[in-house]
Amino acid sequence: MNISRRQIMILLPAAAVAWKYVLAGTPEESPNYKMSDHWWSMLIDIPKCIGCGNCVRACQAENDVPDGNFRTWVERYHISDWQMANPLGAMTNPMTDPQVISPDGGKEGFPVATDESGKYFFVPKLCNHCADSPCTQVCPVGATFISPDGVVLVDQTYCLGCAYCVQACPYGCRYIHPVKKVADKCTLCYHRITKGLTTACCEACPTGARQLADLKNPKDPIHEFLKTHSVQVLKPQMATGAKVFYNDLDGSVR
Amino acid sequence: MSVFKDAGHLFRFAGLFVLAFLVFLVVRHYVVPKSFGRYGHYRGAAIGEIAAHPIRFAGHDSCEACHADVADVKKSGKHAHVNCEACHGAQAKHAGVDDPSTAKPVLPDTTVLCARCHTASAAKPKGFPQVVPADHYAGLPCNTCHKPHSPAMDAGGAK
Repeated sequence: MNISRRQIMILLPAAAVAWKYVLAGTPEESPNYKMSDHWWSMLIDIPKCIGCGNCVRACQAENDVPDGNFRTWVERYHISDWQMANPLGAMTNPMTDPQVISPDGGKEGFPVATDESGKYFFVPKLCNHCADSPCTQVCPVGATFISPDGVVLVDQTYCLGCAYCVQACPYGCRYIHPVKKVADKCTLCYHRITKGLTTACCEACPTGARQLADLKNPKDPIHEFLKTHSVQVLKPQMATGAKVFYNDLDGSVR
Repeated sequence: MSVFKDAGHLFRFAGLFVLAFLVFLVVRHYVVPKSFGRYGHYRGAAIGEIAAHPIRFAGHDSCEACHADVADVKKSGKHAHVNCEACHGAQAKHAGVDDPSTAKPVLPDTTVLCARCHTASAAKPKGFPQVVPADHYAGLPCNTCHKPHSPAMDAGGAK
């Protein structure tokens, strides 16, 4: 076959355009939901959390989370008063040594606290849906990924269960499913948020301590909230690009 | 052709390489999922599969579509911002069918339910209403006096 220079000059750009469409792929299945229009995150308002455990139970009911594993859980922090640590005069440092409990992930609430000293607060935790997540970077087979709308997901039909990602997550948000033997984690209720619903934990939170937020939506109240409140992410020094924002987070939280 | 006179063994070897490469391409075609690489180094179809998980919590909009009367009572009370399913549990089975009476929700036991949030503890935020259940009204269900949808005592018995 003889191809003239003229034909090459026409064929090459045509092939380039065609290849671009191959790379872009076919449009998504859900017609009313466009992944590129969203960038999901969550806002946690610490002073509003009462440690009832509704979110933990709701998550388990919605996502069939096995007993003993958690996609979300609640921790109770107790920062005690400063006290003498030894007769030489040194003092304890409750800021670096907080007492943290999370009985069964806080699923059935917390024991009544009677010690009035110091301060208490609850910290609900879940996958931070990091924009630069360490867990997706270590997967050897491409079974976990950040979706185009900013949610860290696991392809459970592709996962080998090597648990490398479980070790890589600095927040302890992943576990190996005891039956499926593959990595499992918070999906930010992806099956709900793509249909216009909020997550199960947000739906069940009685005080509004948890709020799903879409950072690509300029009308989302999170933008005003972030401007007017002192908001922090967990372990910012790890540069994970965490997208779960905590209002009024105490410095002792790790 | 004198250059290639004694090069037959090289061509046979090269042919083997080409054949192996073709076999690799064929195997790769069948082994790598179709949607792999659609959005990145992962199976693009997985996103749709994860989104297909069944819904258990119907969402308060679904509840209010039928139970507008309860929503109205709740709106003026202290529990205005507590979603229905926070207390009544996941109700997609009840909300998602043509005849909701086939999956009638079980009424929660207020002795247990209310205590989950309102049991007094030094750990809870100070402004949050808390009682010691044993002292508050020994053992009686909370809804003897308080109506859960509008719990203030002066709310006048509305359900």
